[in-house]
Amino acid sequence: MAATEQRAADPGVDPAGLATRLSRLTLTRNLGIALVAGVVLLLISNALSPFDNLQLATMAYTFIAVAGLSLLTGLNGQVSLGHGALMAIGAYTAAKLFAEDPGPGWPLLAVLLAATAVTALAGVVIGAAAARLRGPYLAGATLALAVALPSISERFPDFLGGSNGLTIIPPLPPSGLGVDFALERWHAWIACLGALVAFVVLANLVRGRQGREWRAVRDDEIAAELCGLHVARSQVLAFVVSAACCGLAGGLFVVVTQLAAPGAFPLALSVSLLAAAVLGGLGSLGGAAAGAALIVLIPRWSDDASAALGLTTNVQANLALAIYGLLLIAVVLLAPRGIAGIFGRAAHAVRTRWESQQMRRHERRGEVG
Amino acid sequence: MQRFLDLTLDGLASGAIYAAVALSLVMIWRATRILNFAQAGMLMLTTFIAWSILDAGGGYWLAFAAALASGFLLGAVVERVVIRPVEGAPPLNAVIVTLGLLVVLQAGAGMVWGNQPESFPAAFSIQGFELFGHTVPFSRADLFAVIAVAIVLVLLVVLFRRTSIGLQMRAAALAPDVSKLLGVRVGRMFTLGWGLAAMVGALAGVLVAPSVFVSPSSFDAILVFGFTAAVVGGLESPPGAVVGGILVGLALSYMSGYFGSSTVTLGALGILVAVLMIRPNGLFATSHTRHV
Repeated sequence: MAATEQRAADPGVDPAGLATRLSRLTLTRNLGIALVAGVVLLLISNALSPFDNLQLATMAYTFIAVAGLSLLTGLNGQVSLGHGALMAIGAYTAAKLFAEDPGPGWPLLAVLLAATAVTALAGVVIGAAAARLRGPYLAGATLALAVALPSISERFPDFLGGSNGLTIIPPLPPSGLGVDFALERWHAWIACLGALVAFVVLANLVRGRQGREWRAVRDDEIAAELCGLHVARSQVLAFVVSAACCGLAGGLFVVVTQLAAPGAFPLALSVSLLAAAVLGGLGSLGGAAAGAALIVLIPRWSDDASAALGLTTNVQANLALAIYGLLLIAVVLLAPRGIAGIFGRAAHAVRTRWESQQMRRHERRGEVG
Repeated sequence: MQRFLDLTLDGLASGAIYAAVALSLVMIWRATRILNFAQAGMLMLTTFIAWSILDAGGGYWLAFAAALASGFLLGAVVERVVIRPVEGAPPLNAVIVTLGLLVVLQAGAGMVWGNQPESFPAAFSIQGFELFGHTVPFSRADLFAVIAVAIVLVLLVVLFRRTSIGLQMRAAALAPDVSKLLGVRVGRMFTLGWGLAAMVGALAGVLVAPSVFVSPSSFDAILVFGFTAAVVGGLESPPGAVVGGILVGLALSYMSGYFGSSTVTLGALGILVAVLMIRPNGLFATSHTRHV
């Protein structure tokens, strides 16, 4: 795992032609993965019930936010407990731009782009502050952000709808898909498409020059600065990319739930995003997908389990949260690199075993010859 | 003018409570370089224990003592079980573990006591004092809070400055390896430090409960205010934490009085960011070094 990363991350010694070909290869490979994933998601979505499609859509936008956080923490070393608040910024932007009662709203694509852009802009401001903070200080400041931001909507009840929030008219599927095409399926398609776009953009950033810069800054800020990297700029850019992901996720949240309200973005949301990123393995996009899927499925499983076991509503309402918390602690203490780390280790073990077998075979052939 | 005085008195009372939360954070930060995000959950749990005793018909002072005792126990157990493995590990690990613990405690309390806020009585009357024919927003309960926090601060100073245990605790925090060689039980000192810090947190929980009510997440904002106070005071010194607590209490009281109570958490965020940007080592820092 580490060896391949080194090879991909070190094209400077190669001739320039090879370097460009390599980068093009990464892009085509990521596009290929996204295409295959898109086809699989389409097939899955067609097979699922409306409720399951809703869950798929939830997973898709959760993945975008988790991937942004995982990249920020795993690749750039900045921890944020405020990503739920960033999602709220994207969600409120989207809700303001979608059709409200008087007059038509913006088209869907424009709304999502605007939600992404506005949240990225907020990311510039927060990122500039964050770049000066370290570890626990940054965590504390972003915690304050997560606790403080939802109260803004109560300060401006006319503009942001107070504690009831804003509701929108959901974007309807195009008539070409048929009259009885499920709304949830259409929303799942939109969310999955957003997730795939985010995946391609992030995967290319991670593999490329920018990803290398972020890792260098994460590992040793002073060494990175001595190498001529602009540490603060790199950190702010990482925060902006991460915030943009949350903005898109927030915009898609509004598409799927038709609601932007302070109650939808509590501290628990930020914690569950962090739980997903840590559980999947910080810095890994595949891990982010696994983590996002798990934090959407865990409440469903825990509901089923507590219904089957006849637990009280108090227990049922809090079981999923308890599981997130226990997972956070357990992963850090037992498997710090998360699901991606476990899979990476298994793959590494298989590969070394295969290589040593090859070598032994080669030696034997050498003896005979 | 009268309004300004009222807000000042109100700020002093809440500032004393923020100071107690800040103290509990600072004590742990000094000893183990860990910012204890679980503090909000720990003081919530101890306050719920006190509430249960009151609910079952026990007296206020029994509940008060139970909160402090369970706080000490909880802090010590938390340190031994989940914090010990991440001491000395990268800071991110401790951040994630304490956050996970916060969530576990909140979910656990929700399972036992439900998510509905419960009211909690004050130790003394919350009727404001009469001064020159005017009722000021400063009651016997507020006076008790200020005095209790002052007593805690004095006790802590005496403990750290005048006793052998205090000296050992400071040594363990400052130079764990050397202290170990000299026979200080460093691990035990950390456990004791966490227990004492959680006890101070439990005091803050019981003092603040009448005004915020008791529910699993009702102390999140108190954690943010306490953290802000600790940062204002420099996160290193207990007296700094107390001064920071009073300053933050005053600032938030003025903000709430003049701009509406929904701006309070935003105000704390503003103070926090401003202090971290301009004087990252707190208002009272004299010099700062960063090891390379």
